[in-house]
Amino acid sequence: MENNRSFYNEILTDHNLHPMHKHPLDTATASLEGVNPSCGDDIVLNLNIKDGVITDGSFTGDGCAISQASADIMLDLIIGKTVEEAEHLKDIFLKMIQGKATDEEIEELEEGGALSDISHMPARVKCAVLGWHTFENILKE
Amino acid sequence: MQMKNFKEDFPLLRENPVVYLDSAVTAQRPESVINSEMEFYQKYNANPLRGLYDLGFKATECYEQSRETVRKFINAKSEREIIFTRNATESLNLVAYSYGINFLKKGDEILVTIMEHHSNQLPWRAVAEKTGAAVKYIECNHDGTITEEHLKQAFSERTKLVAVTHISNVLGCKTPIKRITELAKECGAVVVLDASQSVPHIPVDVQSLDVDFLAFSGHKLMAPFGIGVLYGKESLLEKMPPFLTGGEMIDSVTRDKVVYSDLPHKFEAGTVNAAGAWGLKTAIEYIQNVGYDTIGSIEEELTKIAFDGLKQIPRINIQGSSNPKEHCGIISFTIDGVHPHDVSSILDADGIAVRAGHHCAQPLMEFLGIPSTTRASIYFYNTKDDIDAFLNSVSSVRRRMGYGE
Ligand SMILES: Cc1ncc(COP(=O)(O)O)c(C=O)c1O
Repeated sequence: MENNRSFYNEILTDHNLHPMHKHPLDTATASLEGVNPSCGDDIVLNLNIKDGVITDGSFTGDGCAISQASADIMLDLIIGKTVEEAEHLKDIFLKMIQGKATDEEIEELEEGGALSDISHMPARVKCAVLGWHTFENILKE
Repeated sequence: MQMKNFKEDFPLLRENPVVYLDSAVTAQRPESVINSEMEFYQKYNANPLRGLYDLGFKATECYEQSRETVRKFINAKSEREIIFTRNATESLNLVAYSYGINFLKKGDEILVTIMEHHSNQLPWRAVAEKTGAAVKYIECNHDGTITEEHLKQAFSERTKLVAVTHISNVLGCKTPIKRITELAKECGAVVVLDASQSVPHIPVDVQSLDVDFLAFSGHKLMAPFGIGVLYGKESLLEKMPPFLTGGEMIDSVTRDKVVYSDLPHKFEAGTVNAAGAWGLKTAIEYIQNVGYDTIGSIEEELTKIAFDGLKQIPRINIQGSSNPKEHCGIISFTIDGVHPHDVSSILDADGIAVRAGHHCAQPLMEFLGIPSTTRASIYFYNTKDDIDAFLNSVSSVRRRMGYGE
């Protein structure tokens, strides 16, 4: 029986099949690889950060639909934001994946909210957070 | 022919509507096995081989009866050749650390096939590192066939150990084990057979196969978790040092001398999993009762239905032989444009349990040129309804992933 509550909703499949931000970025000021061995997801996140603002970003690499869509949605959200604002969104996203974010917080994530059901899929959490964790690690460096 | 619905024998399958197509990872357990493990604790529980009282003897008797059942099951000559372990991985490591490290040396070659499970690769790499021997691969065709040519390329007079699986856990194909043992004999190499995927599906006779060591896990054979078997030829086991040392594997220990127990106890250090062994005995009795002929014919019929169905669905690529008879119920496949983990998540949403990933066989994946696959593995308790549900779900995957078809 087909279960229509499957979390592969249109937002997710659309970002997977037609990612806006999947391309190299010549102007990147920071790039970092992120790997999720469980699915073999392997992405490189590229950001151009100027005066505390993420002016541009992209990713390359391969992986499952969840990792790809999540990275693309993340870039939609953080490009044009200050690093501080982007970190705030990252915190909400990670809370959402643990099933702990409020509805108002999830609102802030816009299309990122389409991934909220992953909190019920322990096997796929790592895919959903790959882009965000890679972002977190870039900031640490 | 009216087939018995074997699901009736399995409490989980009776009560849970899951379409379980992941038996190559671990099988479901029949009621008789679950009951017998419980029976051990309720009726015979004491530490076997230790307690010098009636209950202790009973526990020991159960444990040794289980060993005898395993001996008959794989037709070993003596119960001294049957060692209980936790699982196939431990059995293979036992051979690597006790035999490999002590009897191989620099210049020797260890052969493994490219399709081995990591459990039958990594121990041999450790042996190579420690001894200076080299690990070489037996290649195969894209469908998993190992030809005479592949064997001739791999074997040499330096070959001293060949570690090979009986059935591939990814492609479901059988390896030419008879020919491999022949060639190994010619160069004086020992053969280690990983029977993890064969014992659940086909009769295995260590004397007619004439392998030196054979390993399998109980849990793929419907026995409890935590019990596995290593068979070894007595003459080899005799000269091998213990793998683990400690309690219950010695005859005497003084300040400066240790006399190890006789076989098989020399290799069973510490408290053993007697209840698991007792459950394994029941699992073997269960499988013999069902019969390998019945198991084989149900699997073959269902695999054929699955194959025919998958071939109707566009953009599906089945790995391995195009003949469903050569799959032992294992079907690895990919769907163009959809990651195997997404396939398995969609199937999961429809209540179907399959495995996705590299199946602990990354060198094979690399050879096949795919990072991972989705794998459905069929066992005799599956039904045509299971396969229909599977095919329905698979046929919806691309549409649900946003492809316009
Ligand atoms: C061919 C093969 N060898 C070895 C193993 C390892 O079995 P276990 O994890 O029970 O030790 C498996 C199980 O996945 C297998 O399929």
